Amino acid sequence: MQLDTSAPNPVISTNSSELGGSIKTGSGKLFDRKNRLLFYNRAFKIACIASAAFVCLILFSILFFMFRTGVLTFRDVSPMTFFFSSDWSPENESYGAFIFIFGTFALTILTLLISVPLSIVIAVFLAEVAPGWMRNFLRPILDLLVGIPSVVYGFLGLTILIPLLRDITGTNMGDGILAAAIVLTIMVLPTISRISDDAISVVPKKYRDASYALGATRFQTIFKVTIPAARSGIMYGVILGMARAIGETMAVVMVIGNTPQLADALFKPTSVLTSNIVMQIANVPFDSTWNNALYMMGFLLLVISLLMIVLVRLLQRKGAHQ
Amino acid sequence: MKTATSGTRGAFSSNRGINDFKNRMFTVFVWGISACIVLFILALLYLILQKGLPNLTWGFIMGLPSEMEEGGGIGPALFNSFYMLFISLLIAVPLGMSAGIYLAEFAPNNKWIGFVRICVEGLASVPSIIFGLFGIALFVEMFQIGLTIIGGAISLAFLNLPVMTRVTEEAIRSVPKELKQASFALGATHLQTIRRVLVPTAISGIVTGICLVAGRAFGESAVIILTAGVTTSGEMWDFNLLSPGETLAVHLWYVQSEAIVPDAVSISDKAAAVLVFVILMFNILFRIPLWIKDRRNKH
Repeated sequence: MQLDTSAPNPVISTNSSELGGSIKTGSGKLFDRKNRLLFYNRAFKIACIASAAFVCLILFSILFFMFRTGVLTFRDVSPMTFFFSSDWSPENESYGAFIFIFGTFALTILTLLISVPLSIVIAVFLAEVAPGWMRNFLRPILDLLVGIPSVVYGFLGLTILIPLLRDITGTNMGDGILAAAIVLTIMVLPTISRISDDAISVVPKKYRDASYALGATRFQTIFKVTIPAARSGIMYGVILGMARAIGETMAVVMVIGNTPQLADALFKPTSVLTSNIVMQIANVPFDSTWNNALYMMGFLLLVISLLMIVLVRLLQRKGAHQ
Repeated sequence: MKTATSGTRGAFSSNRGINDFKNRMFTVFVWGISACIVLFILALLYLILQKGLPNLTWGFIMGLPSEMEEGGGIGPALFNSFYMLFISLLIAVPLGMSAGIYLAEFAPNNKWIGFVRICVEGLASVPSIIFGLFGIALFVEMFQIGLTIIGGAISLAFLNLPVMTRVTEEAIRSVPKELKQASFALGATHLQTIRRVLVPTAISGIVTGICLVAGRAFGESAVIILTAGVTTSGEMWDFNLLSPGETLAVHLWYVQSEAIVPDAVSISDKAAAVLVFVILMFNILFRIPLWIKDRRNKH
């Protein structure tokens, strides 16, 4: 804080000397300078407004482009077939995307089932159990892990995890929804645990003190007081992790097998919305129904991820009311 | 718990014994799980670096990739990675920063701005592959320029724009009000206050955001595959914005799953190591000075 307050000092000195200078040289210059400053101010503000508007424009043009191309699918395929038929063979003009929609949801749920308990344990460890030095060491490492490219995780899954799974199951089937869920777990774990960690850390100390004063152990305090109090922050982390899991492409492509079959077993090559789009989009002509169907799948992903943001907003509002 | 109430000891004391036991078990459990996960993750990182880094040669880093024979390098892909990163930052940082400054400083607190904030957050959560599809619709179909470096770089910039906006907004909002008021009291205009007080004070947060964005752009692959393709122009130092722009992350995927070179495993080991190494470097080079500065300020 003490150093912070010294930060504007150079500003004071340069400003006052400049202003003093312009006053000495006559009033005309002073007003010129004032007008110039006002002009810069206004121009800067307009540039800032334009950038903010540009960000919104991108979102809407994405929505527009995805919808415009995607909706053309329904010229040739009925919505019922698209959403509920599990027959995806574009060569034979059948475009049922149910396999991919189901795959995406199954994969996300499986990922959350594995990653949420682990993340909460890590968050509790970081916020409540770990000694200070370890906390200061682990938090930056978890932050760093968020930045490791997804293709590297996919590569690790392909070269380490899948052979391992093959050994464990004793079959030659390693790729599938379980492999993808494990890779995604490693990817979303830092996100969920760091956000939950922050949420648990900001629970007021008086809650804990009150609980200890009633004779509760640390275990009871954490489970009955701290975690319930941090609930909305933890939910926020889980939703962000979920959004990441739904939209992840390359890590999933490398381990899921990329075969349009329904994911009804843990070890069965299957496909999800993202992996199917990225594997097929390069090989189809732009104006074909196949291409439109892929865009429709993209639009679906887009809608799901936007719905999640609405959910986050509602949660935050609820948190604010409490 | 009731079954434990036995013998001469009262209900209270035996309950306490069980609670103590549970508490100790819980501590052991949390330590155990966390240690396992952390060691596992560190082992993964170590494994990537250890498998690739010792075998790196300049010939590999600067060399041209080969389609058929052994011994291909990653030169053009690595160059494209940095080149596209540079272009995308050139677009995303100024736009994102000014949008963030607008939201933090100028924006009135009304419904319309609430809507803009939702847009920014929504855009930040859009899956990267959607930006790829958007890039195809925009650059391949509308402008008919095919899969190019510029198309990939702009799509990357779109991907990073909302993140940059949010990080800047948060960093500027966290500057103490007193500093801003002091600056206004001295007669500084809003622009002067932003340029000389708010941005310098918030620079730590902004640079952290740029690191985050740069790391994401460097490692992003889905967007690049769709908008810049999986081939390079085949020569080193190709600054042409309209040539195809496979990056290192894409090369890692391509070699591993599509290419037919016999030494694919060794190439991808090394490429993964380079990728992780560069991202670690981004973080170390940019964040450690700031981290030290923050520490010094606290004491």
